[in-house]
Amino acid sequence: MALLEEISQVKAQPADRSNILKIWKIAGLLLIVTIIEFIFAFSLPESWKWMKISIFVGLTFVKAFYIISEFMHLKHETKVLIWSIALPMIFVVWFVIALIYEGGAILGAR
Amino acid sequence: MASTAIAAKNNKNLWQGGVSPLKASYGKIMMWFFLLSDAFTFSGLLITYGLLRYSHPAFEGKTADFVASHDYWPIPEKIFDAVPFLHGISIPLAFVGLMTFILILSSVTMVLAVEAGHRMDRKNVMKWMLWTIVGGLAFLSCQAWEWSHFIHGTDHGLIIGGETIFGANLAVNEYGPQLFADLFFFITGFHGTHVLSGVILNVIVFYQASVGTFEKRGHYEMIEKVGLYWHFVDLVWVFVFTFFYLI
Repeated sequence: MALLEEISQVKAQPADRSNILKIWKIAGLLLIVTIIEFIFAFSLPESWKWMKISIFVGLTFVKAFYIISEFMHLKHETKVLIWSIALPMIFVVWFVIALIYEGGAILGAR
Repeated sequence: MASTAIAAKNNKNLWQGGVSPLKASYGKIMMWFFLLSDAFTFSGLLITYGLLRYSHPAFEGKTADFVASHDYWPIPEKIFDAVPFLHGISIPLAFVGLMTFILILSSVTMVLAVEAGHRMDRKNVMKWMLWTIVGGLAFLSCQAWEWSHFIHGTDHGLIIGGETIFGANLAVNEYGPQLFADLFFFITGFHGTHVLSGVILNVIVFYQASVGTFEKRGHYEMIEKVGLYWHFVDLVWVFVFTFFYLI
């Protein structure tokens, strides 16, 4: 390490504590959401199958939102870039609806 | 952003027309669109899982009474319930939870490396990149164990037509319909390949940071671009965790 410091002429700027605190806060939030998913998976009654599935999918999108907007910094890019990444995902929504419907039809035909 | 401002000062770094469309560098925009196309690929795999799962009958009884059979789709938490060194003890989803935890943490250390890069702080970039690499390798090791367990199977196996089969591969499956094992190998395997390439990219940028390539270049944008890829790998795992293991 001593050698590396000698050849380095660039002086590092001091860290902004509030930035680093924010990163750890979002990390904590992601971990708490995962723990909540675990608690729900084993504490909610089995008959609430669809209720549980909607909770898990909802919480997954909460986690995805924080990873994309903060960790990947998309929230701080220009609006056009945000929309050109987000809008094509409409095709995935269509694909989910179409193929899950198709899956039910195959089950009915078996 | 600090690095964008530094890059914009030097005309050579701007796009050919002299401006940066979308106020982002060429490399970052291209990484975003590559990730978008990769997201379609993973969506395709996960939606295929949904389609095939709903085209098979579900297990009707209580979760506690579940036994594996080729007649219905398995309940994932009853299949993925093994933990290393605790042989024969059923702890549903604990090991997958640990893997999720490891990957989220390595994503956090990646954000910290990017943040250090904005401040031209080489020592901290190296420190956090190293932690990110350690996290990635830990995840890959966990996945290797998970695959090995899945392939070798349980002690009791499954009796099909008077013959007992153990574990799963692309031809037999003791856990449920054959397609369940195929999808396990395809989805977690495709994700694992992404993690492996992510670790390789991380090692390359760690090396470049440590020999001072980015200091000479005047910015640490490469860490940001590789970081985008690494976060995407974490993002995909969040979805795989929900749709393959939790539901």
